[in-house]
Amino acid sequence: MRFISKYRKHRFASPLLLLFALFGIGLTFSVASATEAPKTVDAAARSTLIAEGQQIFLKGCSSCHGLNAEGAGVAPSLIGVGAASVDFVVATGRMPMQDMSQQAMRKPPVYNEEEVAALAAYVASLAPGPRAYTNEEIKWERDGNTAEGGELFRNNCAMCHNFAGQGGALTQGKYAPTVMGVEARHIYEALITGPQAMPVFSDKIITPQEKLSIIKWIKSAESEPNLGGAPLGRVGPVTEGLLVWTLGLGLLIGVAVWLTAKAR
Amino acid sequence: MTARERVAGTVANYVDERTGAAKWMKKNLQKVFPDHWSFMLGEIALYSFVILLLSGTFLSFWFDPSMRHVTYEGSYQPLKDVEMSAAYASALHISFDVRGGLLMRQIHHWAALIFMAAIAVHMMRVFFTGAFRKPREFNWILGVALLTLGIVEGFLGYSLPDDLLSGTGVRIAHAIIQSIPVFGTYLSFFAFGGAFPGEVFIPRIYIVHVLLIPGIFLALITAHLMLVWYQKHTQYPGPGRTEKNVVGYPLMPVYMAKAGGFFFIVFGITAFLGAVASINPIWLYGPYTPAQISAGSQPDWYMGWLDGLVRMAPPFETYLFGYTISWNILLPGLIIPGVIFTGIALYPFIESWMTGDKREHHLLDRPRNVPNRTALGVMSLTFMVVALINGGNDLIATHFDLSINQIMWFSRIGIIVLPPLAFVITKRICLSLQRADREAVLHGRETGRLVMLPHGEFIEIHEELSAEKKFALTQHEQPKAIALVTEDNQGVLNPKGLRARLQARFSAASAENIAKPTAAEVKELESGHHS
Repeated sequence: MRFISKYRKHRFASPLLLLFALFGIGLTFSVASATEAPKTVDAAARSTLIAEGQQIFLKGCSSCHGLNAEGAGVAPSLIGVGAASVDFVVATGRMPMQDMSQQAMRKPPVYNEEEVAALAAYVASLAPGPRAYTNEEIKWERDGNTAEGGELFRNNCAMCHNFAGQGGALTQGKYAPTVMGVEARHIYEALITGPQAMPVFSDKIITPQEKLSIIKWIKSAESEPNLGGAPLGRVGPVTEGLLVWTLGLGLLIGVAVWLTAKAR
Repeated sequence: MTARERVAGTVANYVDERTGAAKWMKKNLQKVFPDHWSFMLGEIALYSFVILLLSGTFLSFWFDPSMRHVTYEGSYQPLKDVEMSAAYASALHISFDVRGGLLMRQIHHWAALIFMAAIAVHMMRVFFTGAFRKPREFNWILGVALLTLGIVEGFLGYSLPDDLLSGTGVRIAHAIIQSIPVFGTYLSFFAFGGAFPGEVFIPRIYIVHVLLIPGIFLALITAHLMLVWYQKHTQYPGPGRTEKNVVGYPLMPVYMAKAGGFFFIVFGITAFLGAVASINPIWLYGPYTPAQISAGSQPDWYMGWLDGLVRMAPPFETYLFGYTISWNILLPGLIIPGVIFTGIALYPFIESWMTGDKREHHLLDRPRNVPNRTALGVMSLTFMVVALINGGNDLIATHFDLSINQIMWFSRIGIIVLPPLAFVITKRICLSLQRADREAVLHGRETGRLVMLPHGEFIEIHEELSAEKKFALTQHEQPKAIALVTEDNQGVLNPKGLRARLQARFSAASAENIAKPTAAEVKELESGHHS
């Protein structure tokens, strides 16, 4: 202790002490905040998660995708698709498939969030692929730009998903589903993995920031009030024509009949 | 005479001395119009036209038909700072920053859809009742011209805001122009002032939309109505109604009050639609850029059948003398519509030739009594409806979980198979209805009351029709087939040859009817038994 008491009046003592203190606070903070990040699970917990995922996979998925996710005649190999794909297709209910039709449809998910995470961890353990995201990580409200997102959406998405994101038809019974009411992380994961008929929009084509803008535009379209009255599905002139021939002309002809009815 | 009457008399006298209007007014205000709901369909179209003029004038105060590039600074936030044309920006301005602007835009658009729908049903009424027959053939042609102009005018209006949907429509119009062999390319350069989309198309179609076509419309509508006035309105047959009179109400005051009131009702219904139902939400479509397209891009309904035809056309192309002929666009985009509209316009003459009927007609037909025409009409409508359905094939596919390819094949086959089927079925239904009419006249109306006779036999009581009803069911004449003359009594061949054979064949088909009850048959039944 003589060492400390000897130098405690040294002219570098105060700045050094300050440095130590700052370093100490910083270290504590980084350790404390690091526990919030879900990705830093330790190896043991991770291997348990993978094992759980494997059990779910063997029960629920392997009959089509094969015992080692190697794929078979009816289903593709899942080696290298990454956790993002699994999170998208399982958490939106598309997988397990309802039937072997043209396209897996969105429906209430079969597995809960933990099971999805386990499945994702298992598939990700087979080979590297795009990682899954949480809604909190997708900071579209902070980093997105609605108008830019609209331009990007019309340039890249509207040709299949319709100008207002209501979805549209593809060939042979396939379709682009509506993007209304989809969670931000699923939109993001769909963009980076390109599920089913959708192409992959890599970060070189649409940067992560631009992806957030697209999500922001979608969310804005979702919450936009119907400015002109009943939206008629936001699918363009077909429903407008239908309304004119039913309600519009129906009312008008009804009035014509009434006006010319003979008084009895 | 009260003071008010004296003042009115003085004013009327003053005007009459300078215009001589009294005699003309007296004659024409007493003009009689027959009363039937189906005679009001044309009026719906007329009133919608007035609404279009009024709401269109309002819109023209703010609309800027310019392709100048601007950055949007208006109040619709999702498009803030987006580059667009001044035309689109001003349409957004009308929608969001002009008081009542969006309502007016929506009224204008709904009125346009109602206008075209009213023209279509009015035309169906005229067709199925035979109101186009001599002396009204010219008015029928005027009507077809108005219909065609309406389609063009509507399409131009749909194109003006320069949003993503309207730009897509213009692109298709451009493709159809280009599909014309040899000079299509030159024509498209002429119309667009260069390559697509260019800077001049929107300003050009604006002046066509607000000045040229409305002007032609006014002229044609005036001629259309003046002919109705001059030739007098047709009427449904009934006791006291002949080819020489018109039974109905005088223009003043009854018909004037009804028609005037009807105008306000049409305006009210259009305004109601404009207030409660969104139409053409251009802010959702975004500005037009040739690089963009939206799924489910459709035209308004009156162009939907054209779009449907283009969508079902197989990809045929031929390459001739250095020119590509795109049959897949040329055929459904120009040739088939051309044939259809020419056929519609000439139909009065075609029918007159087929039946050999060259007389004047002011009494209308009941559709069942002219099975051939009715069946032809339903056949044409079936063609149009199949085409129209295919125009919305993508939405049908997504909303009913179908495959767009299957719908396309259904339409491709259906457009050939279904119209003839519709012809046969309609004709059979008409003949059955004639049979029912004959039965009703001869044996009365089935009352549904069953009676047991003393000896145990059950009979249904038939109630004899009123004299008016019997007259209405039997007043029509049934045409005879034209006898085919292959050679005259000197053995000289008929120079018309094939034409005569065709005419005989068609007239035989037109003359196919269930014989209506004759007076002798009715008498015989009345004098004797009943069952």
